Amino acid sequence: MRQFVNVTLNGLTQGMIFAAFALALVLIWRSTRIVNFAQGAMAAATSFIALALIHSGQSYWVALVVALASGLVLGAVVERVVIRPVEGGPELNAVIVTLGLFVAIEALIAIIAGSSFQSFPAPFGLQGFSVGDGRIALTPNGLFIIGSVLVTMLLLVGLFRFTRLGLAMRASAFGQEVARLLGVRVGRMLTLGWALAAVVGSLAGLLIAGGGLVHPAYMDSIIVYGFVAAVLGGLDSPIGSVVGGLILGLLLSYVSGYVPRGSGLVNLAALVILVVVLLVRPGGLFSSTTSRRA
Amino acid sequence: MAEPHGSTALSASERTAVLEVRDLTSSYGPVRALDGVTLRAETGRITAVLGANGAGKTTLLRTISGLVRCERGQVLLDGEDITRAPVESMVTKGMAHVPEGRGVIAELTVEENLRVGALFRGKVGREEFDRVYDLFPRLTERRGQPAHVLSGGERQMLVIGRALLARPRILLLDEPSLGLAPRIVAQIFGLVRRLVDAEGLSVLLVEQNARSALTVADTGIVLNLGRVVAAEDARTLLADEGLRHAYLGF
Repeated sequence: MRQFVNVTLNGLTQGMIFAAFALALVLIWRSTRIVNFAQGAMAAATSFIALALIHSGQSYWVALVVALASGLVLGAVVERVVIRPVEGGPELNAVIVTLGLFVAIEALIAIIAGSSFQSFPAPFGLQGFSVGDGRIALTPNGLFIIGSVLVTMLLLVGLFRFTRLGLAMRASAFGQEVARLLGVRVGRMLTLGWALAAVVGSLAGLLIAGGGLVHPAYMDSIIVYGFVAAVLGGLDSPIGSVVGGLILGLLLSYVSGYVPRGSGLVNLAALVILVVVLLVRPGGLFSSTTSRRA
Repeated sequence: MAEPHGSTALSASERTAVLEVRDLTSSYGPVRALDGVTLRAETGRITAVLGANGAGKTTLLRTISGLVRCERGQVLLDGEDITRAPVESMVTKGMAHVPEGRGVIAELTVEENLRVGALFRGKVGREEFDRVYDLFPRLTERRGQPAHVLSGGERQMLVIGRALLARPRILLLDEPSLGLAPRIVAQIFGLVRRLVDAEGLSVLLVEQNARSALTVADTGIVLNLGRVVAAEDARTLLADEGLRHAYLGF
């Protein structure tokens, strides 16, 4: 029982990070129909900005805020400079551009910060809370991860549901031409969408870095998990990406916790889940593709 | 002072044109879709642009609102040259374009679709939304539902209502009758006519359904292969059997 609780708690914490990363992918996909393969590298870049600040003596929180802000700027600049020229063109062009960006950004990080492993501090403790006579797998830092992702999601839901800006962003995402005819500055909304996505992606990167090691490519595996989580949720649905992230986090945690030598199978398990979802429900669990076609 | 050639008080040339198109030429890829189109839409009237499939009707509206860039020519809205103005600014200048295929945003609710139409105006009073719901009571029941559940007629009502929330001086309507039952078409055309008569709205209506369009319009303009082949009073066009057979298919 204790093991089950611990494995589940681990899965939830991991799942929250996948959810945040998947959400970043979904925000971009649904507004520009582009899978941003550079999302992980962009997040790594902002983590290294945070690390540089921490090394220079700033507190974790200053570093966090600056990193998220630089994510915002990075997302906007990438959309304006690199993505805008290929938007609306053949899909492969955008794929190649984001892949190129992915390679370029990681190389740039390696040039500036070196490619060795560096430890990244966590804002809260990494020892599990004590319950009864032992400790559970939920740590103060884990709580911080869960809490900050939840708050981010609530803020995004609030933005999209209840503000005029959010309405303009949704209109731009779902009906570019119509939105333009109705006077919505669609270009700006798309830039903002990329910027917000990069913030959420950066948050995922910072959370996963906390208490661990970072190097220029440390987000690479998260791209795979985030992508699987996003597909699980239907790629189009922010709520779906969150649920997808949690499901994936739990399943992978059970695989590594209960399957003999399971920790080596985690990557494989993620791909199996991806294939099964694509076979059984190609549109994902929260697909809205039917409504899009209507 | 006497005019050299007596003309009636309200001849076409004396009515003010809210929209003027001069020598407009544009292409879709390698295909020339508009070839020197010149026309005017007069204030407080319905101007119908008619013609067969591929005559350039939709391209005409898309070029006027800037979705398609013209190669040559001019578009004037109340005398202001808007030929090169960005698409997003058209609605602020007083021109609302309802595109072909009923551009509802399927993922948004009916209410949200209407709110998008009023976004650029900032705060818009509840009574303006209520007025749209009064014009189209069917939308009231559907208010909170996503637009993809609407029928074709309801979608057309939604997009016209949404365009009205922009308070346009001229409404560009692209094939509102497409795929709708004749009863619904008559209802929508009747409503447009009432808005024009009661509120001085001006409408540039593109239609393949020439017979219905000419019964509601004041003026008809016939396009063929991207050129204007006739511009007449709607009743005159209806009476011109040769022209009807040649270009309008009835």
